[in-house]
Amino acid sequence: MNLSYFFTNFAELEVGQHLYWQIGNISIHGQVFLTSWILLGALLVFISLGTKKMENDPKGLQNLLEFLWDYIRDLARTQIGEKVYRDWMPFIGTLFLFVFVSNWGGALIPWRLIKLPSGELGAPTADINTTIALALLVSLSYFYAGLSNKGWRYFEYYVHPTPIMLPFKILEDFTKPLSLSFRLFGNILADELVVSVLVFLVPLVLPIPVMFLGLFTSAIQALIFATLAAYYIGEAVEEHH
Amino acid sequence: MFVSHLFATEGGLFDINATLPLMAIQVVVLTYLLNSLFFKPVGKVVEKREEFVRGNITEAKKKLAEVEKLEADLQNQLLEARSEAAQIVNEAEKDSEKLYKEAIELANSEANTSKENARLEIENQTSSAREQLSQQADALSELIVNRLIHQT
Repeated sequence: MNLSYFFTNFAELEVGQHLYWQIGNISIHGQVFLTSWILLGALLVFISLGTKKMENDPKGLQNLLEFLWDYIRDLARTQIGEKVYRDWMPFIGTLFLFVFVSNWGGALIPWRLIKLPSGELGAPTADINTTIALALLVSLSYFYAGLSNKGWRYFEYYVHPTPIMLPFKILEDFTKPLSLSFRLFGNILADELVVSVLVFLVPLVLPIPVMFLGLFTSAIQALIFATLAAYYIGEAVEEHH
Repeated sequence: MFVSHLFATEGGLFDINATLPLMAIQVVVLTYLLNSLFFKPVGKVVEKREEFVRGNITEAKKKLAEVEKLEADLQNQLLEARSEAAQIVNEAEKDSEKLYKEAIELANSEANTSKENARLEIENQTSSAREQLSQQADALSELIVNRLIHQT
């Protein structure tokens, strides 16, 4: 029995199959961009509608957006600190919104009804490229935050509180993006797989609580990703005394 | 086989290709879009309102402090007025008492003088009456004596 075939086509799942788009001599995963464009387009439309007519007494959508803004500000402020959180709030908020919209969009919209020639539509965050891209952006951000705020003194962080920490701190720079990307990727992919497998095996009632659990996990993952990103930036700009 | 499939150049779960940098660029573009569409405008409105509320609160606190000061002032004034009033009442009472005493004294002395006067008058009249009586007695005795003499 072909084990690879079994895994990749189990429950009619197309794990690790992609819709390839060829641009010049580079190839990209089309299904990731398709879903991300649909979801981000919806997000931008939603936000444009909510901020079209801003009033001092918030109504309807504006209320929701202000709540969201306040939530993101609190997240950024508690992790990054009062001094520089304003500079990083849009980035942290974008990470949160992107991951949240991708996760929930992947879980809530019945993408499987749309047939693609190869692969299938799903949460953009279930693709390793997306999560690595996000995690690398976070890495670049905290380096930039540290260097722009403290200059070369940023590297004092590596020998703080003792030089013994140096190898561990250097190792951390690699484990941070690794853990960020794989946690998000693993959780979302696993959630999609569990739901698909359960739908295939028991197409009644049973998948529903798992779907709800999936929604919960998706929201939590978005929060974790944004919080950790903010924490890393906060750690980089923190002043040691 | 499974693992080799996962890392296959074409396809597989861990197929990393140009999707990665393009997605990163997309997220950066999204950050700028969301910043100008969402974070800036909403932040402006929310912070303006927070400023407004904070200003109102400080103003209200200032006014409250003013009111409390005025109230204390009034309380002080009230106390002062009360003590003043009590003093005035006291003084008036003393004054009236003094006046009363004076009036009584005056009346007493007046009564005494008039009593004295009356007494003197009475004495005068008594002495004059006595004199008169003795004169009349003298005249009568003379008359009697005269008659007795003439009869004999």
